[in-house]
Amino acid sequence: MNSTTMVSSLEAPRTRRHRTTGGLLLALVALLMICAPLAIYPLFLIKILCFALFAAAFNLVLGYAGLLSFGHAAFFGGAAYITAHAAKVWQLPFELAVLAGTAFAALLGLAFGTLAIRRHGIYFAMITLALAQMVYFMAVQMPFTGGEDGIQAVPRGYLLGIIDLRDITAMYYTVLGGTILGLVIIWRTVNSPFGHILSAIRENETRVTSLGLKPERYKLIAFTLSAALSGFAGALKAIAFQLASLVDVTWHMSGEVILMTLLGGMGTLIGPIVGASIVVGLEHFLSTSGLPITFIIGLFFVVCVMMFRRGVFGELKALLAFKTLT
Amino acid sequence: MTDIFGVPIVVLLGQLLLGLINGSFYALLSLGLAIIFGMLNVINFAHGAFYMLGGFAAWLLLSALGIGYWETLIAAPLMVGALGAVVERLFLKRLYRVDHLYSLLLTFGIALMLEGLFRHVFGAAGKPYPIPPSLTGGINLGFMFLPMYRAWVIVASLAVCIATWLAIERTKLGAYLRAATENPGLVQAFGINVPFMLTATYAFCVGLAGFAGALAAPLYQVSPGMGPSVIIVVFAVVVIGGMGSIGGAIVTALALGIIEGLTKTFYPAASSIAVFVVMVLVILIRPSGLFSREA
Repeated sequence: MNSTTMVSSLEAPRTRRHRTTGGLLLALVALLMICAPLAIYPLFLIKILCFALFAAAFNLVLGYAGLLSFGHAAFFGGAAYITAHAAKVWQLPFELAVLAGTAFAALLGLAFGTLAIRRHGIYFAMITLALAQMVYFMAVQMPFTGGEDGIQAVPRGYLLGIIDLRDITAMYYTVLGGTILGLVIIWRTVNSPFGHILSAIRENETRVTSLGLKPERYKLIAFTLSAALSGFAGALKAIAFQLASLVDVTWHMSGEVILMTLLGGMGTLIGPIVGASIVVGLEHFLSTSGLPITFIIGLFFVVCVMMFRRGVFGELKALLAFKTLT
Repeated sequence: MTDIFGVPIVVLLGQLLLGLINGSFYALLSLGLAIIFGMLNVINFAHGAFYMLGGFAAWLLLSALGIGYWETLIAAPLMVGALGAVVERLFLKRLYRVDHLYSLLLTFGIALMLEGLFRHVFGAAGKPYPIPPSLTGGINLGFMFLPMYRAWVIVASLAVCIATWLAIERTKLGAYLRAATENPGLVQAFGINVPFMLTATYAFCVGLAGFAGALAAPLYQVSPGMGPSVIIVVFAVVVIGGMGSIGGAIVTALALGIIEGLTKTFYPAASSIAVFVVMVLVILIRPSGLFSREA
């Protein structure tokens, strides 16, 4: 651990300033989100929040550990199914249903991670994709998921047994609270010695091994945490929308979360949130326009990869850094 | 004896045949995928989309221009290959210097664009393509009935696979290709146009996918969804076989097709996940893949 603390103390002045601007930005965003339901339809905002958390959780493995997972839909959609089933059939209260979904996603993440981390680089992406497709086929066939219909009319229940979540505003603030909790966990992880080691693994895995650390163990923990938080996002979405469906476990969904992260700026805390807002907003706008959504999502991918690989927020950050340097 | 574990032997053989046909398509696709990866260091996610394009090219040539099956079998791969060359020149070429992840994401984007475009223009429903008159009917083998077209698909795709394998392992051009995989700078220093070779390789392998698509058109209906559903299975095949060996890719693909066919006979519910279960077992037992040269 000595090496990492030394590195961070060397970089302290810069990171500190970074943190204050980042913290200010986050506070501003949080303030906006608290006032937002006054102006914008809350269910739409809830969707943005769930995907923002999902993308931020995904970014933990892609942006910080450098692992491209093509199977995160399995955690997001899988947790949605478990939560919906727990709330509807087992009649569990809101908190326990969400916890059940999150725990399921964590276990699934541990299993996927254990398998996929055995292979490097590009194989990692292919294995996670194949494993997630297996989960998709299971969701199609298992009786409890309701096949094409999904699990519908999931009861929202009560928060802490008192606050009725059928009220959309109460539901919105609950999801907002959940999202902030998730983001704080991610922020703490990234800025801990553990997070620094993750970044080090991304930059140079061999060197990390030579320092006596076991990269596999760190990758697995990060992957499991990311899966759990993705599941948390999926669980919240299932309760808020009262629905768990096949859409959330398809490979398109795994692709979409990659796009959100890439578009916003991977390896940044705010980037995935920006990306998720853009993609969800875009889809909302396109859904009534009659234009082919899949095509446009694909186009965004191509433009992003070719023109600005750092993403919207990443480019902005680079621009600001450049200005302060000169 | 006409039953094996309660399954009539005719049914079993029929499923094995279907498995072998699926395996032939997996072989054509995973072969191209393996060569592209070897040469360009690119995981071509758009491979399934090019397979779909091959099917659509065949269907469009027939329904719009009245061009027959045999001409199509040559024209479709050429058209798809040409598009592949354009994609390589315009996009992929610019990404060789950055992380592999970006070329994977680029081809993923292209796959989405193609799928979305075709779904928008032609709808999600499958388009039927008639079996060419010269290949209708079948042969009675005594123990089972073998439709001519299915036999042709297996023979044609295996012939193409083996020809490709021989071209790479036994010819001078193949030697250049293999050398360029090892050390592109040195090969270029010998006066060989490596950038052109990369474009040609990509176009050829994508053309193979187009050929598979045209070959598949009379068997399965041509639809925008045919690409994604096959590419994920082919990825699993590639993970199982490892991408170090082209022969290995072909053998793995056929074996997995057969395993899928057998599962469909004995335990139909698991047939769609059989390949993935095999993949998990292989990762556990031999993490680097069955035919891989990496340790």
